[in-house]
Amino acid sequence: MYRYDQYDQAMVDTRVAEFRDQVERRLSGKLAEEHFRPLRLMNGLYLQLHAYMLRVAVPYGTLSGAQMHVLADIADKYDRGYGHFTTRQNIQYNWIKLEETPDLLADLAAVEMHAIQTSGNCIRNISSDQYAGAAADELIDPRPYAELLRQWSSFHPEFCTLPRKFKICVIASDTDRAAMKLHDIGIRIIRNDAGEIGAAFYVGGGMGRTPMIAPCIREFVPLDQLVTYSEACLRVYNRYGRRDNKYKARIKILVHELGAAEYTRQVEEEFAHLKTQGIEPPIAELERIKTYFADPAFDADASDAIDRSDALFARWVDRNTHPHKQKGYAIATISLKPVGGIPGDASAHQMHVMADLARDYSFDECRVTHAQNIVLAHVRKADLYALWQKLVAADLATANLDTIGDIIACPGLDYCSLANARSIPVAQKISRRFAESGKEDAIGELKLKISGCINACGHHHAGHIGILGVDRKGTENYQLLLGGCEGDDTSLGKITGPGFDEDGIVDAVEKATDVYLAQRQEGERFLDTYRRIGVDIFKEAIYG
Amino acid sequence: MKILTGNDLKTGAVTWWTGYDWSLHVEDAVDVGSEADAILAREEGARRVNASYAIDAVRDTDGGVRPAHIKDRIRALGPTVRPDLTLKPADPNAGNWVI
Amino acid sequence: MVESQYRFRDDEPVGDPAVTVDSFAEQSNASAVRIEPGDDARELLPYLEQLRLVEVNFPAFTDGRGYSAARVLREAGYTGELRAVGEVLVDQIAALRRCGFDSFAPDKPLDPADVDSAFARWPDVYQATTDGRVPIWSKRHG
Repeated sequence: MYRYDQYDQAMVDTRVAEFRDQVERRLSGKLAEEHFRPLRLMNGLYLQLHAYMLRVAVPYGTLSGAQMHVLADIADKYDRGYGHFTTRQNIQYNWIKLEETPDLLADLAAVEMHAIQTSGNCIRNISSDQYAGAAADELIDPRPYAELLRQWSSFHPEFCTLPRKFKICVIASDTDRAAMKLHDIGIRIIRNDAGEIGAAFYVGGGMGRTPMIAPCIREFVPLDQLVTYSEACLRVYNRYGRRDNKYKARIKILVHELGAAEYTRQVEEEFAHLKTQGIEPPIAELERIKTYFADPAFDADASDAIDRSDALFARWVDRNTHPHKQKGYAIATISLKPVGGIPGDASAHQMHVMADLARDYSFDECRVTHAQNIVLAHVRKADLYALWQKLVAADLATANLDTIGDIIACPGLDYCSLANARSIPVAQKISRRFAESGKEDAIGELKLKISGCINACGHHHAGHIGILGVDRKGTENYQLLLGGCEGDDTSLGKITGPGFDEDGIVDAVEKATDVYLAQRQEGERFLDTYRRIGVDIFKEAIYG
Repeated sequence: MKILTGNDLKTGAVTWWTGYDWSLHVEDAVDVGSEADAILAREEGARRVNASYAIDAVRDTDGGVRPAHIKDRIRALGPTVRPDLTLKPADPNAGNWVI
Repeated sequence: MVESQYRFRDDEPVGDPAVTVDSFAEQSNASAVRIEPGDDARELLPYLEQLRLVEVNFPAFTDGRGYSAARVLREAGYTGELRAVGEVLVDQIAALRRCGFDSFAPDKPLDPADVDSAFARWPDVYQATTDGRVPIWSKRHG
């Protein structure tokens, strides 16, 4: 994985010093809250329901065992012994004190981590495929391109006060595991007909209150123009994105209102100009970054055999591992979705365990997924059983990846000041009901996503089943959506009808899954059946 | 009744205006009548509170104070999904109060 | 015209009042213009030779369109004074400088000590702009 050189380290250290100065000026009264707020947000610090919340960046979701240990230490030292892994592959802490934040950031900087641009109207932490560098279907590791863009977007002088936040995603495989088309810019690294590597740019996707799937605005940007083309996309947005209405300020609205063709024309014009400005790092810089992402020293003789005599282990292997490009290896996902638990939460102890397991079984590296789980990307199949036993001991061996128990949920009204309804209790009830009834296994793949408000941090638009919490006259109410999908066949879920209370929404989800179980044909997932038979049969079962 | 709430500037802790100071406990909140804006301006200026605002509340039959909106009731208690981290960790039914 | 608190130029300041972009085209002899957030800085490109002062107004520090306006002008070769006016704050001043501003006229005067540390803070930069600073990627591959 990437390591800082003296320049990267100096940038992060400088930001810690700058933020320490800003906090001091705020506490001394020199800096008013209205001026401090955007500064702290650009450093990931929110004021939430119960305290300050700090979101720490995990660039493209990759971190080392040593870094995971420090995340655990921070949970103990500055928070209340746990952290929450988010849908943007970051981690956030819920009980942070403003006065302690500079010291916390210094602890992070010591292991090449930071909270830079994890909030605010700027370019956010860049997300990527959690199986990068390991997946069998990958063209190339996408993370060097993400790192190149991370550096370009960090402290970008022109783009620190954009109309609204800006999220970039980079992938490089046929299968989209990162909801690429639901980002402000989605980049897919591809090979063209001439055999050259380049990038397809999808611009103007997003969730929130106006979900949109990004159109492709350029099918091939050469690798030595990635930064320049990105800068052109951003400059057109910074100049012309709406600033009159916060809810219409994302780039998706600009692209939609201009039309993709006109937006593209403006970007191409800006791109032609910017190519004359010498803003692109040399290709040698990309090559330098790439050396950090070389394959680890795989054991060429590793065996593909797995002893499946332990049935519970075999079930976990079937559910939570994924094919690896290297013979004898597998990608293992650690579920942070225990039955009845809080999706994405991990205790400091669990983080320490995962850090040790990353060191012992996966070349000292792990990944955070947008589905709020942790991936050990390079595990020898021969080691899977030992790994699983240690996961069991730490309550981390739930075998439910991509099932209805593997729920994405935002923190909701239990923690978030924007939320209208609680998300976590709904997730807990659904998780318990389907695990206890055994239907979770019978149903198989079903992506269920819950947001506690229309901002859609829980990705409800992209759930096969989505749940949106709303405020109905002061009480929590939950709307049901069906048919969303985040992958290559990206689609947006549709609201089925009137909302429900907390128990009602759990019943409605069960009715929807019962329709599926009754109607499914051989090999169909919930989403496939829904797409084949349409919404009416589901509505009838739910509301009839 | 009209009560005042906000977060402690340094620690972020949820606080309630008691008439002369800020308390962690909503039951200490007092009715400020029409004085809300003046008190908030003064307290924000003195940096004793951050992101403060006035809300409606009612006095419970047992003498407690119950904010009108669920969001402020959750702020007053703590996260309902982590009873151990609320202000009433020993009361397993404390979460019912927010609904 | 607005008085600059900071000015990183040796030439004489322009005394003429800055006119709006709209009225600029009609006043063929004006040498000073003021860009508001909604104005297109590229409308000024035919007149760069004539311009000696461009003021870019920041009615609110959170509206970042002026940063792009500044870079557009500098990238097109404008060498006159580029002055940030309005809600210009110490925590944005280094980024404004990187985008090409060489003069600052904040609504509220800035604390000189804070300004000094803001300008001195960043030892290196990740991006190339027209300000002449050598980006990190260039230093790496010297």
